[in-house]
Amino acid sequence: MIRKLLVANRAEIARRVFRTCREMGIATVAVYSEPDRHAPFVADADEGVPLGGSTPAESYLRIDALIEAARRTGADAVHPGYGFLAENAAFARAVIDAGLTWVGPPPEAIETMGSKLRSKRLVADAGVPVLDSIDLSGLDEEAIREAAERIGYPVLVKASAGGGGKGMRIVPDSEHLLDAVEAARRESASAFGDDTVFVEHYLEAPRHIEIQVFADRFGTTVSLHERECSIQRRHQKIIEEAPSPALTAELRERMGKAAVAAAEAVGYVGAGTVEFLFQRGEFWFLEMNTRLQVEHPVTEEITGLDLVRLQLLVADGQPLPDEVREPQMRGHAVEARLYAEDATRGFLPVTGRLDRFRFDPGVRVDTGVEDGSEISIHYDPMIAKVIVWAPSREEATSRLATVLQRAEIHGLVTNRELLVRILRHPEFVAGEFDTHFLERHDPALLARPLPDADEERMSAVAAALAAQEDRRRSAKVQATIPSGWRNSPSQNQQVVFTGSDGDVTVGYRFVPRAGLTVEVDGRPLSDVRLVSASPDRVGLEVAGRLGWYRIHRVGPVHHVDGPGGYCRLVEQPRFPEAELEDTPGSLHAPMPGKIVKVLVAEGETVDEGQVMVVLEAMKMEHSLKAPHAGVVSNVRVGPGDQVEAEEVLVVVDETSEE
Amino acid sequence: MQVLPTKVDRSSEEFRANREAMLAKLAEFEELQAKARLGGGQKYIDRHRKRGKLLARERIELLIDPDTAFLEFSTLAAWGTDKNLGANAVTGIGVISGVECVISANDPTSQAGSSNRYTLAKTLRAQDIARQNRLPLVNLVESGGADLPDQAEVFITGGKWFRNLTQLSRLGIPTVALVFGNSTAGGAYVPAMCDYAVMVKERAKVFLGGPPLVKMATGEESTDEELGGAEMHSRISGLSDYFARDELEAIRMGREIVAHLNWRKQGYGPTMPADEPVHDPEDLLGIVPRDLRVPFDMREVLARILDGSRFEEYKQLYGTSMVTGWGSIHGFPIGVVANQQGVIFSEEAQKTTEFIQLCNRYDLPILFIHNTTGYMVGKIYEQRGIIKDGAKMINAVANSTVPHISLMAGVSYGAGNYGMSGRSYDPRFVFGWPNHKVAVMGPKQLAGVMSIISRAAAEARGQTYDEEADAAMRAMIEHQISEEEQAYFSTARVRDDGLFDPRDTRTVLGIALSAIHSGPVKGTSEFGVFRM
Repeated sequence: MIRKLLVANRAEIARRVFRTCREMGIATVAVYSEPDRHAPFVADADEGVPLGGSTPAESYLRIDALIEAARRTGADAVHPGYGFLAENAAFARAVIDAGLTWVGPPPEAIETMGSKLRSKRLVADAGVPVLDSIDLSGLDEEAIREAAERIGYPVLVKASAGGGGKGMRIVPDSEHLLDAVEAARRESASAFGDDTVFVEHYLEAPRHIEIQVFADRFGTTVSLHERECSIQRRHQKIIEEAPSPALTAELRERMGKAAVAAAEAVGYVGAGTVEFLFQRGEFWFLEMNTRLQVEHPVTEEITGLDLVRLQLLVADGQPLPDEVREPQMRGHAVEARLYAEDATRGFLPVTGRLDRFRFDPGVRVDTGVEDGSEISIHYDPMIAKVIVWAPSREEATSRLATVLQRAEIHGLVTNRELLVRILRHPEFVAGEFDTHFLERHDPALLARPLPDADEERMSAVAAALAAQEDRRRSAKVQATIPSGWRNSPSQNQQVVFTGSDGDVTVGYRFVPRAGLTVEVDGRPLSDVRLVSASPDRVGLEVAGRLGWYRIHRVGPVHHVDGPGGYCRLVEQPRFPEAELEDTPGSLHAPMPGKIVKVLVAEGETVDEGQVMVVLEAMKMEHSLKAPHAGVVSNVRVGPGDQVEAEEVLVVVDETSEE
Repeated sequence: MQVLPTKVDRSSEEFRANREAMLAKLAEFEELQAKARLGGGQKYIDRHRKRGKLLARERIELLIDPDTAFLEFSTLAAWGTDKNLGANAVTGIGVISGVECVISANDPTSQAGSSNRYTLAKTLRAQDIARQNRLPLVNLVESGGADLPDQAEVFITGGKWFRNLTQLSRLGIPTVALVFGNSTAGGAYVPAMCDYAVMVKERAKVFLGGPPLVKMATGEESTDEELGGAEMHSRISGLSDYFARDELEAIRMGREIVAHLNWRKQGYGPTMPADEPVHDPEDLLGIVPRDLRVPFDMREVLARILDGSRFEEYKQLYGTSMVTGWGSIHGFPIGVVANQQGVIFSEEAQKTTEFIQLCNRYDLPILFIHNTTGYMVGKIYEQRGIIKDGAKMINAVANSTVPHISLMAGVSYGAGNYGMSGRSYDPRFVFGWPNHKVAVMGPKQLAGVMSIISRAAAEARGQTYDEEADAAMRAMIEHQISEEEQAYFSTARVRDDGLFDPRDTRTVLGIALSAIHSGPVKGTSEFGVFRM
């Protein structure tokens, strides 16, 4: 019987495991890095152990420190969550060798499935369909080229140890092959400490469908049905649902059986996921993830099971309960992953303070953040999973879109708009999509603000009036005198906001005995009534239509959640500050991160768009290019330097005209 | 406290006719204010803007805190004269960085912001308001100097301008000058006498004599910038304390100066609930008679001004031609003295004297609402000592140290004006409704008195009285007094602090009371010898 569980992980998944522990009466231990000391997941646990350090290598990847943490707190079991050491057989062994209960599959199963090549051979022998792939380890350039030719372009270069899209490259032709292999190796080495990559054929319109399996130590292995995970960006899932709209009962049965066969082939125990590529009724084994998946909640929602609880029962040596053997499949569940990233700028990760993070009550939000959390450069930019269940797919997707639209997510750019637009996209609604959805539909367009220009202008009016109300309520003198009163009025109160659609100038005046008059960009709004105004909520009636706006101000930023969705409006100062001098031709860091490589030297001539610096941030490598052609006049950084967002890295003087 | 009842009948013919007359008056008034706001007119506004400059009112709008009120004084100064309406200046009370200040701005579009006798009256009055109420004074300077054709009227008195500034400084009342343009010759002393001077780059011009005058005087060649530019005064002479790159920066600096004053008001502040009156102030338009010879019920007025229409009446049954009692406006407790039937008898005078002493005992500001034809005359009244009772009241009013506000609601004739703390008794503010009248007596009475005196003089000389000439004289005097007793006539000469829509009375008084509480609000028990 597990009495005290240490979760060797952080954030959302740590909290998720703690929740079940609490329900089962199990004490909890959190471990945390320096930047996570004040994170909500740490406060959620009964006890905690600081690991020190800020990078994963200095903290969550330190096997010895984790075992020591368990020992120090008297934890008798370890749950690895997902990511970090979740699929590290050495860690599993260390836990078991320390006499602790490992909440996960046997180390051998992890090892086998951890090698994409070995796992593929194994499941193929068990009768599961697979796509050919070739290990590139030790091959020279010529051999790599041959291997790719044999598979047939387009090919996919993948890290063997990889997952979540890291160390993965699609290669359309031989010209780009070697660069892609090198990059995949480097990323894989950095993320997983293993640079083994392989190549396989790339399917044009595949769906990503996976089967949740569960096995106990008594030889029972069951399928808990599928999850549809085809909506991906950069090979990372962002919307998952269960069941898949693409599967018939017959296909579900066949895939379930194949998944169970794959799991049984490695003597699997615990929760695992068998991923398949699916195209036109055919499916191929992709890989098996020997952990609890990020998207496990959709399975929980349709089966009514608590997968973490099952993990703990199985780890404890108990058989799978009866209800798991004949799992139900009820209604439809959809999960959206909220990322702190800018989909309009190539999904660039975003860091900073999340000023507010609130959802309508009654919605399942699995998250590691809360109002005021800092999103740092050190970890994955996923901030939450939002999960809804409804009797039908139509209802579930529509509700999730609404929930996301209404959420108050302030202070950081997220992919919320993108998620909402995908959920409402006709292709998605029809259930007809594949993993290339975001290649067909420009993410930059899907991610633009939800309110249109008119709605943004109304939001600006609401923001101006809410701020007005706030100022009046906090006035230290003449607090009860009517707002902006004049005995000889000469102009409106005026405020200028910068929104996504440019500047909006709002003029307003409370005319004694006549009410509110409003002008937007100099044009009067007809028939305006301020139904209600408080510093954070405004009811505004314009031309016979009442809209409610929730407003939250942080410095000059007005976060407005209106009927059309969220907009961010930045109030321009009444008295402009002097503009900061900027050296022309400066290459700025797009976000905080670490310099991996500097590819140019002072005095060197560069072309426009030439890669000058490689920056690692949020576990991704970003190639930073010359803003224009010219001569490098100043290199301010070197490899290993930690840089801040907007920091000048390199200055390029423009080539003279002669 | 009792909530005042109302007997106003909105459907009555009287009410409707009064309302229509007042609305017509207000339309005319607003038209005049709109004209005043144009300063020197559209042509000069356009020219000013083309130079990249802000208008006086735009400067004020940026200077004060967003969504706060601005109470502009004497909007119709110089009405009916050959000078521009508004008198080339904008003055008022605004909230800057959370501090109530008096703002005094030249209007450079109006006769180059020069100072004529009305400008001077308005500006000096703004300084008085700053001093009496302990309000920081912020000057927005851009003026061509004295209006030379009017020099005889402004030169001698004008010296007070600078004397006042330094005296304010001595009293610890901060003075700030934001110099946007010309401030030369005598005008140069405005930034010089202020505690803080902010000058705008390439715009401010502060010197005693310009290049031509210097050339004439000493033969020296010089430029404006060398003699009085912002750069020069900021780097060399040290007259400028803050160097602003543009107007916006100057205004921002002005706000920051006020913000650092660590200003603490010395009054006790609002102490009562500040709920709106129960009765609609809109009714005031129908309550005030179109013919001011008809008295009106001051309780109906109070019911539309006081917080929650609450009023506690003092000596309700004694001296019933005067309403006295307590209430509050925007939370500021006040005593009220209001003429109910026009005439002040001995009882009214005695009651008011007592009331003023009570208000002084408890540090309550007093609101005087004028609608008086003066103290009662006649044998009985003289013999009963109406003069002694009037003297008691004037003694009390004159020596009272709690702040007074006079509201000119109807007529204010004769010594009644004095007894009701008229302008010469230094109330903190005098506000008027556009329909009010003020004079030594009504036009008919004055003409009649003149006629009787002339007739008696003629008879004494044994001459026959020329009835035709008498009629002409009476008509002429009546006309002259009718003109002079008008609200516009006295507001033009800055004998009040401005006219307002009666419906705005509560707001105007609320701002005034709040400003008053910037300084101490303290009564006295020291009065002159009361004639008993």
